[in-house]
Amino acid sequence: MSAAPTSPPTIPPTSPPIPSKSWTVKVRERGVEALPPERLLPDGQPTYVASWIYVFGVASIASLIVIIGSGCILALKGPAWWHETGVGHFFNSIHMWSVELFFFAMVVHLWGKYWMAAWRGGRGRVWVTGAITFLVAVPCALTGYVSQQNFDAQWISTQAKDAMNSVGVGAFFNLTNFGQMYSYHILLLPIAVVALVSVHVLLVRRNGVVPPFELEDKLS
Amino acid sequence: MSLQGAAIAGAVFNLNHPAHTVDWSFIHLSVANVVVIGLMLIVFVAAIALPFPGATKRDAARRGGGGS
Repeated sequence: MSAAPTSPPTIPPTSPPIPSKSWTVKVRERGVEALPPERLLPDGQPTYVASWIYVFGVASIASLIVIIGSGCILALKGPAWWHETGVGHFFNSIHMWSVELFFFAMVVHLWGKYWMAAWRGGRGRVWVTGAITFLVAVPCALTGYVSQQNFDAQWISTQAKDAMNSVGVGAFFNLTNFGQMYSYHILLLPIAVVALVSVHVLLVRRNGVVPPFELEDKLS
Repeated sequence: MSLQGAAIAGAVFNLNHPAHTVDWSFIHLSVANVVVIGLMLIVFVAAIALPFPGATKRDAARRGGGGS
């Protein structure tokens, strides 16, 4: 018995889209409005962006990428590897020196933006996110120093705990607790630093780079 | 050679001594940190003072109506 031939399913005519008020649509519309693609990834920048100060901002981000990459390898292999093998010493050193470079470049960038008064023109949040990134990166580095699993870590933790106790946070942030410090160092604080850097860069894209004083006077 | 001896021999600088420090009133800094702070100041001044490669050319092109 053969089946009766069937006609292909008909596609219903398209109807005009119904305005949606779902949260996904709202987030998308607000995102595109705040950061249209041509502003998020622009073709060019004003001529005053050609300054060494911004090279140090980019160097900070590059260092952060190396920090996270080398940190992931150290986390995978563990303390015995980073203390007792040649390759472990290499990645341990890469991690430490990229942190040094990160702070060096970030401080030079921060000084430059301070003297350029980078908060002008409604860019307060750009400045604040950058400054807070520096403040959050300091305990991120401190928790790394006390997570080394060596005498240096013991010395630093027993010295620095007094500072924490003196301001009343020692009960919640115990520098001699390796598990707590390691969790802060490889999870909580890196997430905070990366989130702050991401918001900082997006705000720079949204508000544009602050113009020099003279140019701002001419424009106003 | 012991592990400690190998580590010292491998270091460019002999670190097997207490840190040298700079003391000025209540300020107490290791020489290593003073060197880093000094380098940051030098690099900061250089970053402000030194012209960025191609900046003049880009500025001239913009004033002349050329591409940025």
